[in-house]
Amino acid sequence: MNHRAIRAIYLFEMARTWRTLLQSIVSPVVSTSLYFVVFGAAIGSRISQVEGVSYGTFIVPGLIMLSVLTQSIANASFGIYFPKFTGTIYEILSAPISYFEIVLGYVGAAATKSIILGLIILATAGLFVPLHIQHPVWMLAFLVLTAVTFSLFGFIIGIWADGFEKLQMIPMLVVTPLTFLGGSFYSIDMLPPTWRTVALLNPVVYLISGFRWSFYEIADVSISVSIGMTLAFLVICLAVIWWIFRTGYRLKN
Amino acid sequence: MSSIISVANLSKTYGSGFKALKNVNLDIKRGEIFALLGPNGAGKTTLISIICGIANPSEGKVLVGGENIQTSYRKARSLIGLVPQELHTDAFESVWATVSFSRGLFGKPKNPAHIEKVLKDLSLWDKKDNKIITLSGGMKRRVMIAKALSHEPQILFLDEPTAGVDVELRKGMWEVVRGLQQSGVTIILTTHYIEEAEEMADRIGVINKGEIVLVEDKTTLMQKLGKKRLTLHLQGKVASLPESLRHYELELCDNGATLVYDYDTQGERTGITSLLGDLRAAGIRFNDLDTTQSSLEDIFVDLVRTS
Repeated sequence: MNHRAIRAIYLFEMARTWRTLLQSIVSPVVSTSLYFVVFGAAIGSRISQVEGVSYGTFIVPGLIMLSVLTQSIANASFGIYFPKFTGTIYEILSAPISYFEIVLGYVGAAATKSIILGLIILATAGLFVPLHIQHPVWMLAFLVLTAVTFSLFGFIIGIWADGFEKLQMIPMLVVTPLTFLGGSFYSIDMLPPTWRTVALLNPVVYLISGFRWSFYEIADVSISVSIGMTLAFLVICLAVIWWIFRTGYRLKN
Repeated sequence: MSSIISVANLSKTYGSGFKALKNVNLDIKRGEIFALLGPNGAGKTTLISIICGIANPSEGKVLVGGENIQTSYRKARSLIGLVPQELHTDAFESVWATVSFSRGLFGKPKNPAHIEKVLKDLSLWDKKDNKIITLSGGMKRRVMIAKALSHEPQILFLDEPTAGVDVELRKGMWEVVRGLQQSGVTIILTTHYIEEAEEMADRIGVINKGEIVLVEDKTTLMQKLGKKRLTLHLQGKVASLPESLRHYELELCDNGATLVYDYDTQGERTGITSLLGDLRAAGIRFNDLDTTQSSLEDIFVDLVRTS
């Protein structure tokens, strides 16, 4: 194992975060605070409790997931796309480093950033609403699992993209709608039965449901189904990455 | 001298069906400077990319330091430093950070003293804290060389190292390359500047249309393929040459003031003695004469044209 190479990639990527602190950390925190003001205070004051929890408190896990999902994808996809764009990928490809180690470096850094961000948003939420986490270990497990899975997904997008437009396309057109429709701001029980069935096709529902369960023990679907679906997505991403490196897709001629 | 790189029956066919390399066989000797010459699209960069792990071979085998580049890629790659043709650099990192990153990537422990030496050798020390984006093209090129040298490679690939670099800097880079060779590094360079190969290389390989056309010791190559040119500066101008001199295929230049004769040094007879005799017989006298050896460029152009 070339642990020095993993460390080099990891630290290089983390250094980029500190250089772009405003964009990486401050901006998601500001937008989340705005969600609290708009949804939690303005709209939430007119909504009664959702499943025994005040609306402002109810949306906290969904908001964290919203940021963790989008930032994991953005960080990881940009992390691997940028060396492809500038051409510096030559150095990664010619280094004595395995594909697994490359993924570990890039995805590890992207996931770390998202986890830090998730925790910062959690702390920010604590300033607006009272929070009580029933299962902190599960909460962290879901946070890490989601950050890693979606960083892997972002890595795939970064490899697949051959322009900035493609880099933005999946996050903007697929992930953001799925997240908004995934129960960040409501329980899917609140939907009519037909739409509820449709919503269950959305993988993000399972992530948010599981994450919310770790906070308040309320869930749209059972916790085992949530974990199962998240792990299934993780395995799919790993399989795609394995295929990418085996074939050299978009990396090697 | 033992081989440090051994390329056997290497072929590369791209997805489009284009055959970039056709059954290439090549051995690079330990400690030499090997210049790979070839016109654009000849396969120079493809060959280097495969050896360094950036492209996959379609067929054939490559050993670097005795290690197979595919089955034992870690050992093989850790011996190699690569400076690609294009200026691929980070933008916002400092020179020091990017060079240190390269060392880590190749699995070497931190060694600030080595990085300092590399940067000083390449006249980059005073720029070590500068962001790469602020550097000139020539400096970026040197940063890429510094990155390649950061992990103390035994082999250095320089793909068009002095393309777009001014004459003074080019000569400075040649000095660096010579210094590296003296420290035991094997250097493979591709170049468009024949002058560069002529100046630097111990051996020269010519590649054209994906095939190695020739590999030869530079001096042997120059002697073997080199033609010489005899220039006679005439006492008076000559309007035309007499019939008796026609078979020498002489060329009258400078409005008849000089006479040029090309001959093959490897030929059984150069024809010089009889030419001088026939000139005397024809009453053509000269003040001075000089001979020049054809340059590597002439040889190269000849080879590529006939291959």
